[in-house]
Amino acid sequence: MAAKPVLYYFDGRGKMESVRWLLAAAGVEFEEVFLETREQYEKLLQSGVLMFQQVPMVEIDGMKLVQTRAILNYIAGKYNLYGKDLKERALIDMYVEGLADLYELIMMNVVQPADKKEEHLANALDKAANRYFPVFEKVLKDHGHDFLVGNKLSRADVTLLETILVVEECKPDALAKFPLLQSFKARISSTPNIKKFLQPGSQRKPRLQEKDIPNLMAIFH
Amino acid sequence: MSGKPRLTYINGRGRMESIRWLLAAAGVEFEEIFLQTREQLLKLGQDGSLLFHQLPLVEIDGMKLVQCRAILSYIAGKYNLYGKDLKERALIDMYVEGISDLMQLILMFPFSPPEAKEKKIATIAEKATERYFPVFEKVLKQHGQDFLVGNRFSWADVQLMEAILAVEEKVPSVLSGFPQLQAFKTKMSNMPTIKKFLQPGSPRKPPPDENYVATVMKIFKLD
Repeated sequence: MAAKPVLYYFDGRGKMESVRWLLAAAGVEFEEVFLETREQYEKLLQSGVLMFQQVPMVEIDGMKLVQTRAILNYIAGKYNLYGKDLKERALIDMYVEGLADLYELIMMNVVQPADKKEEHLANALDKAANRYFPVFEKVLKDHGHDFLVGNKLSRADVTLLETILVVEECKPDALAKFPLLQSFKARISSTPNIKKFLQPGSQRKPRLQEKDIPNLMAIFH
Repeated sequence: MSGKPRLTYINGRGRMESIRWLLAAAGVEFEEIFLQTREQLLKLGQDGSLLFHQLPLVEIDGMKLVQCRAILSYIAGKYNLYGKDLKERALIDMYVEGISDLMQLILMFPFSPPEAKEKKIATIAEKATERYFPVFEKVLKQHGQDFLVGNRFSWADVQLMEAILAVEEKVPSVLSGFPQLQAFKTKMSNMPTIKKFLQPGSPRKPPPDENYVATVMKIFKLD
């Protein structure tokens, strides 16, 4: 009997959310340990299970994996969401890395100083509209398939959907000029595992609020 | 017909250096194109070569690869430097990602204002000696093997070697508390492909100077 993966993080999106998305998309049930106090975090640090003294950490298959990309790569490989060969993997990696840049830009908005927030968000949304979304609209247009790579669901599709939703939280009409991304979004959202993850009561986390930041700083800083 | 990978970047380390290291360590010859003006970069963006309008770009096996990690993962996979299975790959990924966090400090260092530089060096020294190097010292001590993962040369060894040398350029005595890493550095230096890369005249680029910073600012208009 295989134990479920256990995710160690705070009760919020941060760098763990993409791991939650990928496990959910793969149909893998997982448990979570939420770090809620400084004492809890320090205990974890002292126990030596965090290789570089950082979270996220995921216990899976007897390993204590840290570093978000290492975790995601392992899950993608294990659950066949990483393409069929090296070249498909390279495509997936390019797409995922580009999307990660955009995702990080959006996520960083909440910690910008008040007088810089608006400009920062405008820049992020500009990048979404002019640098990133056009790439994926074109990929889908060029091959006409349902999925980004190899005509099969991969982590690239999961990451693209996750990123689209995060951008839409900031700008609900962000996909107005991207008809193929709109149908992509509808299609991927309705696949059974992801549909379940998008419903209330799932392990998907809400957006970080500014008021939550002081508490996080107290635990992790 | 060359068939060699072709690297497009500026004539400096930046985000391309790890790729040069990995190709060199794998014994793969490559060509380089060095951009000198912003116009050249914009032109590349316009002709569709740059997926996200950014460098590095590596043309290899008929693909125009961008995004460092995508490029490095492809090279590692192709040249058998990525472990023998998913679990070894996970170890290699963890090690490489950790080192990459340390290298990020080094990457950004030339762009910090002069008055902040001393503090930045202290931070690099601290992170290297307290967070990152102890991990690899322990790994090598525990299994007693020459290489970090699977008793076999991998991407993790190349990345660690690059990081050790890069930190030593800023903090010459940084390995003084790490006998295993000192031995590791010596062994890596003597591997034929790496030895060749460390010799003058190789594609290895010198440490960033003011010229490099000026070129980056001019061409990339860091936004």
